[in-house]
Amino acid sequence: MMIPLNRRRESPSQTAGPYVHIGCVPNFCGIEGVYPHDLGDTMVNDQTKGERITVTGTTFDGTGTPLKDAMVEIWQADAAGLYNSPSEIRGTADTNFTGWGRKAGDYATGEWNFETVKPGAVPFPDGRMQAPHISFWIVARGINLGLQTRMYFPDEDNSTDPVLTRIEHQNRVPTLVAEQVDASTYRFNIRLQGEGETIFFDF
Amino acid sequence: MSNRKPAGGFFMRDTAWHPPALTPQYKTSVARSPSRALLSMPQTMSEVTGPVFGHNILGDLDNDLILNYSQDGTSAIGPRIIVYGRVVDENGRGVPGALVEVWQANAGGHYRHAKEGYIAPLDPNFGGCGRVITDDDGGYEFRTIQPGPYPWPNRVNDWRPAHIHFSIFGDGFAQRLITQMYFEGDPMIWQCPIVDTVPSREGIETLVATLDMAATLPMDARVYKFDIVLRGRRATIFENRMEGT
Ligand SMILES: [Fe+2]
Repeated sequence: MMIPLNRRRESPSQTAGPYVHIGCVPNFCGIEGVYPHDLGDTMVNDQTKGERITVTGTTFDGTGTPLKDAMVEIWQADAAGLYNSPSEIRGTADTNFTGWGRKAGDYATGEWNFETVKPGAVPFPDGRMQAPHISFWIVARGINLGLQTRMYFPDEDNSTDPVLTRIEHQNRVPTLVAEQVDASTYRFNIRLQGEGETIFFDF
Repeated sequence: MSNRKPAGGFFMRDTAWHPPALTPQYKTSVARSPSRALLSMPQTMSEVTGPVFGHNILGDLDNDLILNYSQDGTSAIGPRIIVYGRVVDENGRGVPGALVEVWQANAGGHYRHAKEGYIAPLDPNFGGCGRVITDDDGGYEFRTIQPGPYPWPNRVNDWRPAHIHFSIFGDGFAQRLITQMYFEGDPMIWQCPIVDTVPSREGIETLVATLDMAATLPMDARVYKFDIVLRGRRATIFENRMEGT
């Protein structure tokens, strides 16, 4: 008899459905008075260090139609490249920056936006530095398993990023790079399918 | 911070156990499923770290859907139930501090939402959201009413079995999971195109909560047990140790 591993299997994912707002952003959908505010609605305060930026975008389906029921979460390092997490062992992150944001797309247009700071660089496991980036997780009706992707910045040097340089289809890399709208605003549109389909990761 | 410790990488996600992106029986997935393969990449700090949600964010009624939206102190209408269980990882260890958010329809199968179109009425005392943070052992519980089944626009006569939506945030961003809980013995589970996106019967059965009669509160509320499993982590001091350092 061998030593049993006694592993369990991850709970299978199911779609967030069209009413994810009720559970995750109830104030946004008019259910007020249960929670004081929606978790993840504010990432910064007036003490937060770093360059203030707005990240905005829209999620599109394979027909080019915006998703009006998607919810997007982001996770990023602070301006110094540190995560506000107990497993961050390289230093102490800015306590005035949460690093985590959650937004629902606008009911009419599907657009979402985050007020945040530009993240610093974070190392790859082999010690090389990754270019500054923001991790994204997208759920919606019709998405059976939450989609993971990353946003990179058009005004940073992405040419040696260990993730981007590993991608075989280099012609798809631009799907991970935001557009600069103005000095402090970036647009990151997510295309679920078809022409310009965003790269989604299995980490 | 004194309680800091490095996080091991997550086990590979078994994507064959989860629903595939394209599931034509669930029509909305057709235009919302990526057609390219997911790109597999090593995990970095960006994936293995995650925020902490302190118990101090919770209000007293956050895990009581019977009362947390009550306008006049009256209970929400419907069969009173308590749902409890543990959030564990693939190693079987409890995940403490996990944020569990739930949402559901009312007893008639109607959601409190601007885009809801079902003729069943709203319950003025039911909002439909709740949240709880797991204890040191990964345990959680909340009180609610059993939601009703409802019809939904897919084929002309598709119905969802009674279900509660769950969003679970463990301790790393790549562990993020949304799923749904069903009720033991419901024949509609096996007729639902969304349930059917899960490839195996064995997988579906892990989403079915069990009626726990021994735990039931006499003359008050039935109790259902529902455990949730999140991705497990490797735990070795040899991970990410670079040669020569
Ligand atoms: Fe539902």
